[in-house]
Amino acid sequence: MWGGGDYTPASLTCLVSGSGQTTCTPSLPPACWGMCGHPIPSQDGTSSWTLYHIGNCGLLGSRPRLLLVLPSQRLPLTPAGRQCYDLLVIGGGSGGLACAKEAAQLGKKVAVVDYVEPSPRGTRWGLGGTCVNVGCIPKKLMHQAALLGGMIHDASHYGWKVAQPLHDWGKMAEAVQNHVKSLNWGHRVQLQDRKVKYFNFKASFVNPHMVCGVSKGGEETLLSADHIVIATGGRPRYPTHIEDALEYGITSDDIFWLKESPGKTLVVGASYVALECAGFLTGLGLDTTVMIRSVPLRAFDQQMASLVTEHMAVHGTRILRGCTPLRVEKLSDGRLQVTWVDLASDKKDTGTFDTVLWAIGRVPETRGLNLEKAGVRTNPNTQKILVDAQEATSVPHIYAIGDVAEGRPELTPTAIMAGRLLAQRLCSRSSDLMDYDNVPTTVFTPLEYGCVGLSEEEAVARHGEERVEVYHAYYKPLEFVVPERDASQCYIKMVCLREPPQLVLGLHFLGPNAGEVTQGFALGIKCGASYQHVMRTVGIHPTCAEEVAKLRISKRSGLDPTVTGC
Amino acid sequence: MHQAALLGQALTDSRKFGWECSQQVKHNWETMTEAIQKHVGSLNRSYQRALREKAVAYVNSYGEFVEHHKIKATNGKGQETYYTAAKFVIATGERPRYLGIQGDKEYCITSDDLFSLPYCPGATLVVGGSSVALECAGFLAGLGLEVTVMVSSQLLQGFDQEMAEKVASSMQQLGVRFLRKFVPVEVQQLEKGSPGKLKVVAKSTEGTEMIEGLYNTVLLAIGRDSCTKKIGLEKIGVKVNEKTGKIPVNDVEQSSVPYVYAVGDVVEGQPELMPVAVQAGRLLARRLFGGRLEKCDYINAPTVVFTPLEYGCCGYAEEKAVEVYRKENLEVYHTLFWPLEWTVACRDSNTCYAKIIYSKFDNDRVIGFHVLGPKAGEITQGFAAAMKCGLTKQLLDDTIGIHPTCAQVFTTLEITKSSGLDATQKGC
Repeated sequence: MWGGGDYTPASLTCLVSGSGQTTCTPSLPPACWGMCGHPIPSQDGTSSWTLYHIGNCGLLGSRPRLLLVLPSQRLPLTPAGRQCYDLLVIGGGSGGLACAKEAAQLGKKVAVVDYVEPSPRGTRWGLGGTCVNVGCIPKKLMHQAALLGGMIHDASHYGWKVAQPLHDWGKMAEAVQNHVKSLNWGHRVQLQDRKVKYFNFKASFVNPHMVCGVSKGGEETLLSADHIVIATGGRPRYPTHIEDALEYGITSDDIFWLKESPGKTLVVGASYVALECAGFLTGLGLDTTVMIRSVPLRAFDQQMASLVTEHMAVHGTRILRGCTPLRVEKLSDGRLQVTWVDLASDKKDTGTFDTVLWAIGRVPETRGLNLEKAGVRTNPNTQKILVDAQEATSVPHIYAIGDVAEGRPELTPTAIMAGRLLAQRLCSRSSDLMDYDNVPTTVFTPLEYGCVGLSEEEAVARHGEERVEVYHAYYKPLEFVVPERDASQCYIKMVCLREPPQLVLGLHFLGPNAGEVTQGFALGIKCGASYQHVMRTVGIHPTCAEEVAKLRISKRSGLDPTVTGC
Repeated sequence: MHQAALLGQALTDSRKFGWECSQQVKHNWETMTEAIQKHVGSLNRSYQRALREKAVAYVNSYGEFVEHHKIKATNGKGQETYYTAAKFVIATGERPRYLGIQGDKEYCITSDDLFSLPYCPGATLVVGGSSVALECAGFLAGLGLEVTVMVSSQLLQGFDQEMAEKVASSMQQLGVRFLRKFVPVEVQQLEKGSPGKLKVVAKSTEGTEMIEGLYNTVLLAIGRDSCTKKIGLEKIGVKVNEKTGKIPVNDVEQSSVPYVYAVGDVVEGQPELMPVAVQAGRLLARRLFGGRLEKCDYINAPTVVFTPLEYGCCGYAEEKAVEVYRKENLEVYHTLFWPLEWTVACRDSNTCYAKIIYSKFDNDRVIGFHVLGPKAGEITQGFAAAMKCGLTKQLLDDTIGIHPTCAQVFTTLEITKSSGLDATQKGC
């Protein structure tokens, strides 16, 4: 057992370190100890030893001065100069904060370590993670700004005497950024209120129970804990085959923090990030192009995905399908010239843009964590941390939640719930596991797409076409009538089992306020809703959502699914 | 018209989001009503077309029973035709009620007139506390008009009263003036015009106080009367509730006379809602002629009041739930919430409100759902479907929210009324 204060190891074994130096010492002042644990099995295989080096924790590359080999065991107490917690959370985003706050509320001693590595552009932000700073929140606000532009246009049809105004990016950005900063502050206050210790340190593992945190100024602090939760999330991926991609292009990490308008923008990618960004940029009046290599919204229902992009194309976003960028060059006037190839025809083309936004996916933030020092395993392809149903990693007391965990939806509410349930389990308050089935989501493109459950293709793959019934409808929101808005892509699809009572397997809604519409139906699906249930539900009139309750035409019937009448 | 008013609000919000919209935007009433009436006209025509396509004979005449199985139809020119049928369905609906005071029919308008009014109504007194009254008052205020609402007793009678008061409060925030516990006794015309000028004298319902006010328009929204008085029902013995004028029916929409059915607003004890009428009518036809058995399910019909801040609900009002289940058998979870879109728009953070009522019997089943916020109708619809499937607290807690939306607030309700804790919103 380690004791607190002066420790005099009664027995020491000298060992040759990896660097070739050997040293022995009978006793050491505890304050100058740093530890770097590597489990080493003993020669007879019955136990394992932990290798420690004395000095600093080696993060800055200096060589160990002394070596100690001791029987591997848990660290119950720490000598002075170190901090010990019940729970240490690495990552102050949606999942990390939820977990930390819940555990603290249940009486545990908790610390959160959060650090934002600036983007290649130099963008940095405060506490709260991706969602608050460079995700859901600023995205939805800019989406709202774009929608308001459309509403101003509608307003004139409804009698308001207004000309179509110009948009001031700087004013919007400032307002959005101010709100985000207020949320950063709110999170700090919440942590303080719940007595969660917060460190703005870049963390990496020293050993399975110890993390070294480095501040912006380079100071190191060691933190140890009984349980550690990794919730470091992810960051946008840059294309590796394009020279100067980091220098010339920005990502979602940067777009929400730009002080000036991005101007004419090329968005490269087919993810919801790409389409949402391209969508609001178009709505704000900017010349926007999206370059998609193969299919848009790959993980989503493909019929819905193509309606989403069709709507965007009709409403001013230029969509280049089947193209991929080859080169980005900076012109003398500061603009960017992009060369790309059409993969089908092999024809090359160029375009000039003010901004190139890479939205080609995200990589988990696991690289700088020194996971191998803790023995935490990752998926070699995705780099995400492997977890079981308890969110536990390959090391029993280390967990991972949120975007960094393998096989989890990359969504804020799932990270939050996983974090909370994990905290409850760690505090032995509950044994409830997270249910990742039927998680609803919404893509906030100009015409929003809300969905829950299986896509049509997934349902058919799982059950066979004969056993699946799809009810669908093209409808027109009442609000679209007066301003004569095109409603061609306003569409709903309910995928059910064909066998009565026709259990609902998936619901897909494309239209205004898709998130608000979908939430309640997601609950219905959680309750085991069937087509019969939904049809017996009285509609609320006039809304778009009632069209879900009015679905009558099946794809199989071949009848025209366009809603007519009132 | 509610949408037109919401768009006015959107213009104000848009400036905060960077749109260089001028500060004072004026609204033109005629442009709006023309556009709306154009759409209404197209709906009229599409209904006529639909009837034609299904070979339904459409007769534009006033029908009334003359004897069993026979009606007389009188057209606009006074010509009478007679029709007989094996079965009859009465779906005559309702019309706005008048006060029965001096000057009401001559000088006041109702919702029947408002939507095609060829001139802007100007400063308006809305009489009544119904959803019609509040919705009209709401959009008139949103269009920039000076609006006063005079209510004799309760607002939104039959609805959850806590929510009703919150609705009123949100309207007050927009400048609507409420005169509570007053009833008009006389309406005088001071000036003719479009609109003119009217003087309204009103009396307190609680004492002897009298007040006067000047308005351009007086809109009566004090209730609706069933159109059952002059259609000859007494000739064939169809029982009608004397007090309400509504027709009592059984669970297959049948009146006291076996071959006469009734659907819609004219039916006693059913919600006065369009989708309810449509559903009842369709299912009735299928039972009568399609060999089907399905009855209309009226339980938990959701509804929305389209006031500037919309109120959606499904199931029990809190006071009704307490009455039926008793307070100790209920748990009420609630929270105030701040829609993300309101943050940058600098709108109040503690106005929108969400409330769920659970019955402790039946696994904490959700028996009441209430939301005051933007797009309440879009939010409420899915929840109504979930309640149809037996939504419980556990299922609500297990469901992941969609982020960021207003609706997701229901998936993270933590504070109960019984705890007495503060339900104000903080943080993301």
